[in-house]
Order: sequence, then C-alpha cells, then structure tokens
Amino acid sequence: MSLERVFADEPAFVPYVAAGDPTYEESLEYVEALERGGADVIELGLPFSEPIAEGSTIQEAVVRSLEGGMTPDRYFEFVEDLDVAVPLVCMTYYNLIAQYTHPETGETGPRAFARRADEVGIEGFVVVDLPAEEAEPLRAACDEFGQDLVFIIAPTTKGERLERMQENVSGYVYVQARLGVTGARDDVSDQTEESLARVDDWDVPKAVGFGIKTGEHAERIVSAGADGIIVGSALVDIIAEGADPEVDQPFAETAQRLESKARELKEGALAGAERAAAERSD
Amino acid sequence: MSTDKMFGEYGGQFVPESLMPAIEELTDAYERYVLDNEAGFVDEFQRRLADFGGRPLPLQHAESLSERYDTEVYLKREDLLHGGAHKLNNALGQVLLAKYMGKERIVAETGAGQHGTATAMAAAHLDMPCEIYMGETDIRRQRPNVFRMKINGAEITPVTTGRGTLKEAISETMRDWATTVETTHYVIGSVVGPAPFPRMVRDFQAVISEEAREQVQEKTGRLPDAVLACAGGGSNTMGAFHHFVDDEDVDLYAVEAGGSSLDVDEEAGVAPNSASLSTGEEGVLHGARTKLLQDSHGQIMESHSVSAGLDYAGVGPELAHLVDEDRVDAVNVDDDSALEAFHRLSQDEGVIPALETAHAFGYLEEHHDELGDLVIVNVSGRGDKDLETVLEETEKRDLDVAPDMSVLRAAAGSGGDL
Ligand SMILES: Cc1ncc(COP(=O)(O)O)c(C=O)c1O
Repeated sequence: MSLERVFADEPAFVPYVAAGDPTYEESLEYVEALERGGADVIELGLPFSEPIAEGSTIQEAVVRSLEGGMTPDRYFEFVEDLDVAVPLVCMTYYNLIAQYTHPETGETGPRAFARRADEVGIEGFVVVDLPAEEAEPLRAACDEFGQDLVFIIAPTTKGERLERMQENVSGYVYVQARLGVTGARDDVSDQTEESLARVDDWDVPKAVGFGIKTGEHAERIVSAGADGIIVGSALVDIIAEGADPEVDQPFAETAQRLESKARELKEGALAGAERAAAERSD
Repeated sequence: MSTDKMFGEYGGQFVPESLMPAIEELTDAYERYVLDNEAGFVDEFQRRLADFGGRPLPLQHAESLSERYDTEVYLKREDLLHGGAHKLNNALGQVLLAKYMGKERIVAETGAGQHGTATAMAAAHLDMPCEIYMGETDIRRQRPNVFRMKINGAEITPVTTGRGTLKEAISETMRDWATTVETTHYVIGSVVGPAPFPRMVRDFQAVISEEAREQVQEKTGRLPDAVLACAGGGSNTMGAFHHFVDDEDVDLYAVEAGGSSLDVDEEAGVAPNSASLSTGEEGVLHGARTKLLQDSHGQIMESHSVSAGLDYAGVGPELAHLVDEDRVDAVNVDDDSALEAFHRLSQDEGVIPALETAHAFGYLEEHHDELGDLVIVNVSGRGDKDLETVLEETEKRDLDVAPDMSVLRAAAGSGGDL
C-alpha cells in the first residue's frame, strides 16, 4: 500500500531525524516522541559519512550517530526495536545502498537493501544523491517489494526533467522549498508557492521541506497548497541541545520538547488546511 | 543511461536534484564550446594557455637520472606552467567556459592549494569573483598557496569537518554550489565528480600528452616505453596518458600515495594511504561511481598522504576503468620513498618537485629496471609550496638523501630568525 494514504484526509506532518542520534537508546525514545506529537510518516535517516546535501545541523547529527556505531544493519535493528505505528521512510545516500550485503542471502546492492528494508517494515526511500537518471536499479527493487521511491523536486527542476520525474515518482513528491542544503530558517521561502505550482497537476501528494521551523511556517505552507510538511533540522536542533554535555538535559525532557515541537508543527499544518478551505469557500 | 556519462561501469551523475539542471547546462556548454569550438572557445583557450600559461612546455632530457637508471628519462615540465602546476590547464579552461556560459561567480575546492591557486589566478585573469574551500589541515600544511590565493583576490573558507582535507573540501563546495547553482560554476579540480566533469577536465589536461607525444618523437624518433604520473584524483595522470592510450606499446603507470601503510584501520575508519586504485572498492562518492577507500558498510574512510594533493579517498572514474581494463598499471609508493625522491630530484636535476609529483619519481627509483629504455615522467608541479612540510617530515626520518639542515638549526640556536 502506498504512502499516499497518509495524506488522504488531512495534511501530513513528516519529521526527519537521524537514527541513532545521539545514541541508539535515546534515539528510539525520540522517534516515539515524534509519533506521540502527531507524525504521520517518519523519514528516518541512515547516516552517511559524506552528507553533501546537509547543512551543519544534520551533518553534526550524522557524526554523532556514526560515532555511536550506527551501520546499515544496526539501522535495520533499530527499526525493528522501534515501537511506532506510522509508516517509515529510509532517507540516505546511494553508496550505502550500493554496498549493502543482505545478512542472510549474501546478495549485495539495491535489491538486497530494499529486501532487508521490507523485512523490517520500511515502506519507502528518499535517496538524496540519486536523481531519476540513476534510479533504475532501486526503482525496480522498490516495485518488487511494494515500496515507494520518493523524488525531490528542486527549485531548479524544470521542463523535461519535471516530466521525467512525474513518471517515476511514487508515494509523495518531496518539494524542496529553496535552493541549498538542509537547515532551519527564520522565514518561509517565496520559492515555495512557485515550486508547488509546478507540480500542481501531479496526482501524488506534495510534501514541502527545507527550512521549515515553526507552526506558523507549517500553516503558511499548507495554506499555500502543500499536502504535507517535512521538518528535519528544527527537530535535530532540539536533539543537539539535549546532547550537549554542558546543557546536561535529561533525555526525557528532550523527548518532551520534541513531542511539543511535533504537536506545534502538526497543528500548524492543520490550521493551514482550515485556512485554505476557508479561502476556497469565500 | 547514455554511455558517454560512463567509462565502463564507472562514472554517472549521482548528485542532489538541485544540481542536475546545472549539470545538464554544463553538458550542453561542454559539447558546444569545448567539443565543437562554438564561438571560438577552443581558440581563445589555446591562446590564453600560451600567453598567460606559458605553453608549450619543454620535454626535458634528465641527464643525471638517465645515467643513474641507465634508462633515458624525460621530464614533462608542467611545473613550469604559470602557477607552478598542471592545474592551470583545467582551471583556465573551466573559468573561461563559465564566462561563456554567463556565470557570475566561481567556487572551487583545493587540497594542496595548487588547484585553488590556479583557479584564483584564472579568475583574476578573467575578472570573476572566486571562493575557495580548503580543509583546515591543508591550510596548515600548504600556507604559501593560501597566501597566493589571497593575493589573487580569492575568498578562502576553511573546512573543519572530518580530517579537514580534500574530501571534506569537495563536500563543502558541493553544498555551496547547491545553494548558488543558478549563478555559480563549480571548477572541480580533478577528473572526478559527476559527468561531464571527468571527461571535460581530462580534455583540458590532455594538452600534456598531446605535446609530450609530439616532443618525444621529435627528440628521439620514437614513442616512450613508459609514462609515469602521480595520481590523486588523476587529472595530471589522465592528461599525461590521454594521447598515449591507443599506443598499446606504451605502458602507463598511475602512481598513488601509499602513505605510511597499505593496511586500513576499519574500526577507526582510517586508511593510512590514499591508494584508492590499488586498494579501493567500487562505490559512489561526490557524484560518480568509482574506486573508493571505504569500509565494508560503504562509509568513506579518511585517507592519508604526506602530500595534500594526493590525500583523497576517491579517484577519477576513467582512470578506474583503464586500470580494470589493464591499460593503466595502478602502483604506489609510500611517504618515505616520496620524500627521498623529492630530495634526489632536487639535488640531481635542480628541479624541486611537488610532493605529489615526487611519488612518480619514487616509483622510478624503485622500478626503473622494469620500465624499458625510454621513460617520460610528468612533473605535475613544483615543490615550493611543500618546503615547510618537507623540512618537518625530513627531520622526523632518517633519509639517505636528505641534505644537512644544521645550518638552519645553528642560525636558530644563535637567535637567528627562521
Ligand atoms: C602538483 C600536483 N600534482 C598532482 C596533484 C594531484 O591531483 P591530480 O591527481 O588530479 O593530478 C596535485 C593536486 O593538488 C598537485 O598539486
């Protein structure tokens, strides 16, 4: 069943965190806190040592997780240990998929990775450095195991590329709100509406990400037509503060803060949908 | 998949979506201006390489080395190119191309600082603003080049992630480019990255073998038995090899940095070498599928070499392909051997090579018996930038050929200022 289902009734809140940040145990609690706060799909990062599309917040999360011993097989164990009901999407970089060896079959590469992901219940992938042009092997594996392959539409994506991606995308389309790398911002990009307009006639849900930080941002983006919002750095910032030895914050408190932030974002998204409905009925 | 993005199974375009349109635009510009000489691009490039760069460069008969090895040794003197290394061939080509494309700003990464210097010079020459990313470790060990970039008007942004070397600088430059891609061109410094970079950079560097092939025939009436070049990303290697690839009797040697050892510390994620062709595994990094130093999970390792310019966990996809095809021999020498070769060439020939280049001469010292009667070594750059490192590293070792530096110590001891 496609991830499209979670966008059907109301705008979806899609948080991103890196699995294992700052430790395996704390990270389990944090992901569960996000679900309590209203997450509809969770993009769970599998950390890669060269995260070229990431700003400093997520870069540092990746370092914390890797230093704690995160590996692809630990990651799949992590997913098994998680107690959440919402669907999970694996967000990563292609080399980890290309190198993966299935622990039982010994097969390597995209099919082995998709198979193992399917065994632990992962429903889709976002692969940051895998444009549609290079995606065929993973696309085929996703089809075999019934998973979605989510593509990112950048503000620079236009013309023929847009058409090619429309044919390839499934689950939802990740609309990158601004150029550049991930990171929470204090404003909402003007590029968002323009970007949404370009995918207006696509029949998959549109989730907007990159730079979203507050409930108010969420409201504006959903009222502009998004079916969902993706938020990473604003959440990872809370984890980073909790992990700072000088702050010495109990992790239950960090989990609590994550849950409230999630609720703020989800409520912002809901308010955005109401605003859009009200504007339509005017 | 279009085959011209690939070299066998290597190459491709593994980049974030925000960069894909720029890569398509670059591919189009490369085909029109570089391959079809539209608007006279190639003519202008060649004119500037001659007038600004100083080409053509000599193929010098190395008399002492020839005698020492009982083999005719010729030096292709890329160290005499403006800026002191082969890097200007590519930097000038790309900055000029960026101008033809209507871009407004240049970014680049640098390891040894040679590519950064060449880019800063080309940008100053062609009046383009330029920002260079450089790892902190490399800023420390390549200070003269940092001054030169600054003097040519470039911004330098230190990169502190990881070990602060070339791999991190490339990642950081890609982040900048993803933000500014509509107005900025990324002048990548070697035959690495997503298509069309590996092919385009190789084309700009191929002038090395084009000249060398003609010069060697003029001087000796024949082709060489072997061509040697050091390989970091592989740009001077591909440049020195390109016009010899079809000459099957010419052996091609890519000399990598063996560092302190060819073993790896999987646990720590560190390879004490940069020998990705010799010991790496196929994977995807910085936009291309190629040979990489990586652990069994696919995480990229921190590499090591005494020479900053070779200190990279990847290598150009075309070179990886030519090695698989047995057309190029991937070999390596360690830090000690490179340092010895640095001193030997300086003493015997009066040519102070870059530490990168010294690896090729280290291989010549160790294997001259197997290379035939006529050998060309590509002197990829000059060693002025490395003098501080060489002094420091030589003091740590007991090298046969190192000069006696006590005159410096004595001057320091008597209150002299070093
Ligand atoms: C003099 C010199 N030679 C070689 C290299 C290695 O690069 P490549 O393998 O791309 O020629 C460098 C890199 O900075 C260099 O400065």
